[in-house]
Amino acid sequence: MKKTISALLLGTALTVASTGLAAAQDKSVKIGALSDQSGLYADLGGPGSTLAAQMAVEDSGLQAKGWKIEIISGDHQNKPDIGTTIARQWLDVDKVDVIVDVPNSGVALAVNNVIKEKNAVYINSGAATSDLTNAQCSPNTVHWTYDTYMLAHTTGQALVKAGGDTWFFLTADYAFGAALERDTTAVVTANGGKVVGGVKHPLNTSDFSSFLLQAQSSKAKIIGLANAGGDTTNSIKQAAEFGIVKGGQKLAALLLFLTDVKAIGLETAQGLNFTETFYWDMNDKTRAFSKKFAARMKNNAPPTMVQAGVYAGLLHYFKALDALGGNPHDGVKVVEKMKSIPTEDDLFGKGEIQPNGRTIHSAYLFEVKKPSESKGPWDFYKLIGTVPGDQAFTPLSESKCALLKK
Amino acid sequence: MQALYAQLLVGLINGSFYALLSLGLAVIFGMLNIINFAHGALYMMGAFAAYFLLNLGGIGYWPALIIAPIVVGIFGMILERTMLQWLAGLDHLYGLLLTFGIALIVQGVFQNYFGSSGLPYAIPDQLKGGMNLGFMFLPIYRGWVVVFSLVVCLATWFLIEKTQLGAYLRAATENPTLVRAFGINVPRMITLTYGLGVGLAALAGVLSAPINQVRPLMGADLIIVVFAVVVIGGMGSIMGSIITGFALGVIEGLTKYFYPEASNTVVFVLMVLVLLVKPTGLTGRAA
Repeated sequence: MKKTISALLLGTALTVASTGLAAAQDKSVKIGALSDQSGLYADLGGPGSTLAAQMAVEDSGLQAKGWKIEIISGDHQNKPDIGTTIARQWLDVDKVDVIVDVPNSGVALAVNNVIKEKNAVYINSGAATSDLTNAQCSPNTVHWTYDTYMLAHTTGQALVKAGGDTWFFLTADYAFGAALERDTTAVVTANGGKVVGGVKHPLNTSDFSSFLLQAQSSKAKIIGLANAGGDTTNSIKQAAEFGIVKGGQKLAALLLFLTDVKAIGLETAQGLNFTETFYWDMNDKTRAFSKKFAARMKNNAPPTMVQAGVYAGLLHYFKALDALGGNPHDGVKVVEKMKSIPTEDDLFGKGEIQPNGRTIHSAYLFEVKKPSESKGPWDFYKLIGTVPGDQAFTPLSESKCALLKK
Repeated sequence: MQALYAQLLVGLINGSFYALLSLGLAVIFGMLNIINFAHGALYMMGAFAAYFLLNLGGIGYWPALIIAPIVVGIFGMILERTMLQWLAGLDHLYGLLLTFGIALIVQGVFQNYFGSSGLPYAIPDQLKGGMNLGFMFLPIYRGWVVVFSLVVCLATWFLIEKTQLGAYLRAATENPTLVRAFGINVPRMITLTYGLGVGLAALAGVLSAPINQVRPLMGADLIIVVFAVVVIGGMGSIMGSIITGFALGVIEGLTKYFYPEASNTVVFVLMVLVLLVKPTGLTGRAA
């Protein structure tokens, strides 16, 4: 009996001590980098995103100020159920404060709900769906790097204006493909174009010939690829094989990453137009960061825009924590702080986070270089235009986010 | 209607890969009684071998078509000698687990070094371009794949079912002790057979390198479908697996036309139906 009482007393004392600690500015943070670590999106996010998070921690300067920062990573395998299970485990058991990256819109939307429920912070860089800052927006979420609205209003719009007024979609059959097709269709019809057809293919398809034949016989001027990663590279390679571009139809790679261009090879990819918000070879600052990054990557690859977004998003998160003077372990509070500080970093330049969680920064139209123009192993893009952030992303007046109605 | 012809032809192309892979699986299962889950990884190694030959040794597609299957086949034979042979006579489950583990390790190693997006491999110059068949534009390379795999499949069938060597092989699986009594080195024959099955997988890998990306997971994505093909065709039946391979390619192609969302599942739906009606597979004998 005596033992039980003393144990109880000790327990109480410990509880009091730990709550006391929390009140006196806790300077510890735990970051969870949740990504596709082994599947078709692993190269554009994956281990590179964890490295980007690590570099953000090092460059934030917080550790010198006495902060204790820890990073863990997980593989959601492109399955929403696995993604939410990991997120729950991290938030409930491991006491993770912020989850970053999360490519694959299906997983990203599922994780979005978990994070809101647990009042943590979500800095998404990998997912494309514009729903994250529209119908499904959350006070805990910041969406960095890109989204389907931006892709539609840059690459899509440029192609329609250049005369591509009939479209056929090859769409990945899940949340992302549907969102990208929806947003692009809106742009096409608003600019006087017409969508003549489309086909939905399963995620991670290796053979696109059937779908490409359907696109070919549709006679549409533009074949819009509303897919990503390995699906896009396979579509483009096989379209070349079936003589689609030679036949006069044009491919719209609505979403194309650096690693995709590498996988396709310049010979086949040359001349493709697409949009990204970050490219390693933009200026001295991006080159300097990319050099440091590549030196620590297994295959010496420079960062993709998704990985750059993980870095920049976390840096901004650390700025907010620093301004708060400690970690309140309150997601809404931290995100509010993040929104109140203008964003500025070496990779994306100046910008802001809108009330719906959308980060606004410039977007760039690129063209893939010819093999003869490329001077190095990752020298792939030619800049052909810049779209200012306020024109690239959803205007607040059009956003369907409930947070804006307050 | 024209579109339908085109889909049929495209289905045949995919069917060629299914046929080559399921043939290798059928040979290995028929002769060694091993369910070779490493088949997809070995197929992937074939594609990578072609890539290395080109980029490190400057050896092009045509020699790779012969060298890659031999190199990967030798790797397979080493696997058989050092690991698989100890599982002879044990339950199928052991072989399945071992080969599945090998597949995971091989894929993991390749993924560690080459990432997941894959590497480009160009179509050989002689097979570039395409011809207009009226109802579709057929890339010459794809036509070549169909013809070449058909020839290889039939040659393998002939070797096993119609030659003296094939007769020894079949006899050795029926009654190894008796065949050994005739002075035939049964273990060596089994090793060579495994090498042959693996070589076929690697050959399919080389054939697919210019069409698909050379990716560490290219086999993992395909192998499940191929297993369904083998189950439908009947485990261990050589001709059955060839015919089912091509037929399922066509059925899948048609699904991609009529109801694309189901194209990933149609093979498995068929598998379930076949298992319900004829559990030994379409051409299989009762075990």
